[in-house]
Amino acid sequence: MSVVLEVSGLSKSFGGVQAVDGVSFAVSAGELLALIGPNGAGKTTCFNMLNGQLKPDSGEVALAGRRITGLPPRVVARSGVGRTFQITATYGSMSVRENVQTALIAGHHGEWSLMGKATDKHQAEADALLDLVGMRDQAARACGVLAYGDLKRVELAVALANEPRLLLMDEPTAGMAPNERIALMDLAAEIAKSRSIAVLFTEHDMDVVFQHADRVIVLDRGKLIAEGTAPEVRANPQVQAVYLGTGTTYGAAG
Amino acid sequence: MEFLVIQSLNGLASASSLFLVASGLSIIFGVTRIVNFAHGSFYMLGAYIAVTIIAAIGGQDALGFWTGILLAALIVALIGALVEVVILRRIYAAPELFQLLATFGVVLMIQDITLAIWGPEDKLGPRAPGFRSFVMIMGSRFPSYELFLIVVGPVVLLALWLLFNRTRWGTLVRAATLDREMVGALGVNQRLLFTSVFMFGSFLAGLGGALQLPREAVTLHMDLAMITEVFVVVVVGGLGSITGAYLAAVLIGLVHAFGIVLFPKSTLVLAFLVMAIVLVVKPYGLLGRKPSGHAARGQAIPEPLLSPADRPTKLLGAAVLAVLILLPPFLGDYGVTFMTELVIFALFAASLHFVMGPGGMHSFGHAAYFGLGAYGAALAVQWLAAPMAVGLLISPLAAGLAGLLFGWFCVRLSGVYLAMLTLAFAQIAWATAFQWVEITGGDNGILGVWPSEWAKPKLVYFYLALALAGAGIMALRHLIFSPFGFALRASRDALLRAEATGLNVQQLQWAGFTIAAVLAGLAGGLFAFFKGSVFPTYLSIPKSVDALLMVLLGGVQTVSGPIAGAFVFAGLEEQLVRITAYWRFVLGLIIVLLVMLFPKGLAGSVLAWRERQSGDRS
Amino acid sequence: MTNPLLSVRDLHAYYGRAHILQGVSFAMAPGEVVALVGRNGAGKSTTMKTIMGLVPVSSGDVAFNGQPIAGREPFEIARRGLGYVPEERRIFSELTVLENLAVGERPPRPDAPRWTPEQLFVLFPNLGRMRERPGGQMSGGEQQMLTIARTLMGNPKLVLLDEPSEGLAPVIIEEMAKAILKLKTEGLSVLICEQNLHFARLVASRALVMEKGVIRFDGAMETLMTDHSIRERYLAV
Repeated sequence: MSVVLEVSGLSKSFGGVQAVDGVSFAVSAGELLALIGPNGAGKTTCFNMLNGQLKPDSGEVALAGRRITGLPPRVVARSGVGRTFQITATYGSMSVRENVQTALIAGHHGEWSLMGKATDKHQAEADALLDLVGMRDQAARACGVLAYGDLKRVELAVALANEPRLLLMDEPTAGMAPNERIALMDLAAEIAKSRSIAVLFTEHDMDVVFQHADRVIVLDRGKLIAEGTAPEVRANPQVQAVYLGTGTTYGAAG
Repeated sequence: MEFLVIQSLNGLASASSLFLVASGLSIIFGVTRIVNFAHGSFYMLGAYIAVTIIAAIGGQDALGFWTGILLAALIVALIGALVEVVILRRIYAAPELFQLLATFGVVLMIQDITLAIWGPEDKLGPRAPGFRSFVMIMGSRFPSYELFLIVVGPVVLLALWLLFNRTRWGTLVRAATLDREMVGALGVNQRLLFTSVFMFGSFLAGLGGALQLPREAVTLHMDLAMITEVFVVVVVGGLGSITGAYLAAVLIGLVHAFGIVLFPKSTLVLAFLVMAIVLVVKPYGLLGRKPSGHAARGQAIPEPLLSPADRPTKLLGAAVLAVLILLPPFLGDYGVTFMTELVIFALFAASLHFVMGPGGMHSFGHAAYFGLGAYGAALAVQWLAAPMAVGLLISPLAAGLAGLLFGWFCVRLSGVYLAMLTLAFAQIAWATAFQWVEITGGDNGILGVWPSEWAKPKLVYFYLALALAGAGIMALRHLIFSPFGFALRASRDALLRAEATGLNVQQLQWAGFTIAAVLAGLAGGLFAFFKGSVFPTYLSIPKSVDALLMVLLGGVQTVSGPIAGAFVFAGLEEQLVRITAYWRFVLGLIIVLLVMLFPKGLAGSVLAWRERQSGDRS
Repeated sequence: MTNPLLSVRDLHAYYGRAHILQGVSFAMAPGEVVALVGRNGAGKSTTMKTIMGLVPVSSGDVAFNGQPIAGREPFEIARRGLGYVPEERRIFSELTVLENLAVGERPPRPDAPRWTPEQLFVLFPNLGRMRERPGGQMSGGEQQMLTIARTLMGNPKLVLLDEPSEGLAPVIIEEMAKAILKLKTEGLSVLICEQNLHFARLVASRALVMEKGVIRFDGAMETLMTDHSIRERYLAV
């Protein structure tokens, strides 16, 4: 499998506190890599350096061999990175289909077009994406009235609109019920495999992580302390000490 | 050297009052999230009331004078509490622009109340006992009262710091600034806290006004003059930062002190330049921080679906258009004139709706572009002897250029920051028209801006206005549903999401801002030839508020609402002026009542009613 | 229940036009720890907010300590001894740990455990090591502890805990569970809204299952955990 995202020596400090300290890892096409670690370990900082919201102090981020370090979010997006947000972000004044169409317009560099109606653009492509995430039958509904799980699916379709090579998912299942969590990640995994998209996600639900991640990396105090398959990471005493605990608060899945 | 020192001291002295008022505004905003437009009015009241009290109790001795100053500030605090309890308390849940509008209603009411009580003449206060002498500084006589004022600023700053960091009340206020709902859930009586904060902020404003007595005459224009400067100070210092407000007040005070000597005609433009430089370097002001957390999200009002007009609305639109085309020949001159004004205001309102609704940028100074369009045309006629056609071409161009320039700064901010900045820009445009007498004629305006011969008949000019305004409105409507319009709306609905799909949000907003300016400029140009003259009032705050009224009460969430709003409100002010000398009071009262009764806007209420009629469409 | 601490009867509430609570009824005895579970959008958070006065009651009764509290302002309800810990933590980010605690401070009441910052630092040792740190510079786990500690400063009799484990590392969730059990031994009642059943099982003896705005199951936690059919029907797990 080809490497899609390659991160090397990524570092960032805030006011003397080393939030991320020399982190290196890679994600391949079709692979789901989970980034876990205690609260405050630097996961969000790390994530925000990948999507362009933060500039790293040092280190490199490469997408399919091309350097994207420190580029602004919209340029990172244009170079083939889709993302979903921890707090779902959709366009509230638009219908489900219009949300996807707007993302497609952006993906096709059509946002400066003053001619024609936006709702006439990329209809077939939008419907195909909605089919993919199972939201076609709710295409005309307003995003504001959707159930939370459905909103997450719309967001996934929007994130896929510019045919990303890498999908960044920040706590994708936060605020969802257990059954919805599994369904959403099943869907994401299936899409990633069939389209050869590399997926990097942060997550606190260990049931989700151990069931869906091909590999897991663990961050603690800004440093990468473990890397491996789910069973390997689970068995790692250091990870148990700083993060997993005794295992009483998550299920036996995985 | 002597000049430097003396002017620096002058600057520091004027900074103190500015700081008192600005810190009050900042504290009130922090907790209530309301940008209190009436804060300048409290400042003015402080001055007027002090004049009266000191005269009544005899302010020749120190005790009488200082008691008067303090009493005036306390009375203003009580007036502030009254305004909070009667009006603001009922609209804390309304959208922020409605709140701003309501406080502007209070401004209008206080203006007329002040006029009724104290009359139109300027008042002169007594000099401060004990500070009537001069101090020799580097061979110049410097008023000792100014030195006293210089000390007041830092002393108040220190007192505020102690109050907020060393008392329970201060801790609660800071907590409420960050998350007021949570403070209530922890057992703190929010109402009492809000009222006390509002009282305290008003007290500071009243004190600032009263302390100005020995320095300058008390006039009816103090309110808006002060609030504009305070907005500049707060934006420069960083909203919510008291220390920032002090630094900014000093900065602006110094700019004024030197500007008034070096460039007497461009003091406000200088303040603008300072503000511009600060905002380029620090978009949230000297000591401000990007709003974050729970407070930043504020009241999230879910936007309803924006969809093209349905059949009944289209039919209604067609009917209105038919009436507009067919009716005027049967009307007299007055009727035609009235309808011309209607269609021009409809375009003005539609352009503001475009920037506020789909653009998501809350402009409180849209009259700048209307007025610059009008002045563009008038100046072309006056100085280039340009015919009407050229004038009407220059209008949108001039306004568009201003939109391009001001918009560049504005799109770097959002929410109330942006609203205050747009207002400050509008005041600068107004000041330029007002102060640059050689070119603009100042307060006398420019006369003789008449249409070309063929368009002179009132009916012909009406059809010209209808054609251009109609074309402008249709163009805006088309844009809203174009890919560009969707990208703009996406940027408003979810900024991070829009960026994450590759949209350049700032550039899109800049373009949207400029487009709105261009069409407001066209409306201004049409208005100039319609009236045959232009005046600085075209760029004034009340003119901006007119447009806001049309848009907000018509409904920012629909495309046709603002046009309806324009039709309803265009004549209102004119009619009020005819009926009563105290039209400001009546208009202010109407605004306040409308906001209190329809906190979601008239169209919002209609929309809710229609949804109830058609059942839950979801 | 003879003398319930909290009793909710046929509670209805709307969010905008959405009818979220459609007749919620349950009661809690003093000293109980009860878990409120259910799918997303079932109305768990709204139940808490409505009890707390943050969402208006459209109809129904809420009684706390035998006194009706429906329609009261949040601050009045809080002063009667009802503590609320919201989701998303909502600490005052620019206030220090001690200042955050100070905002929550209320006079002691005779019938509830009394808390001081020092006692809370024993319960949450992490907080004691960062007394002067602004809330915004704390990790998610530390913030969650602070938000609970802040509510305890009001010396409540009953605490409503909304999703305390959300977004937290498993080790921190374990600490949280220990702290809640400690509170229980102090005599505090807790109503806890939770997605994580494993965690709920650690702390609660009784469970309420919500679906579409009503309570569908009210019984022992162990029954819920062992009866697969109930979980399948209402929780789909």
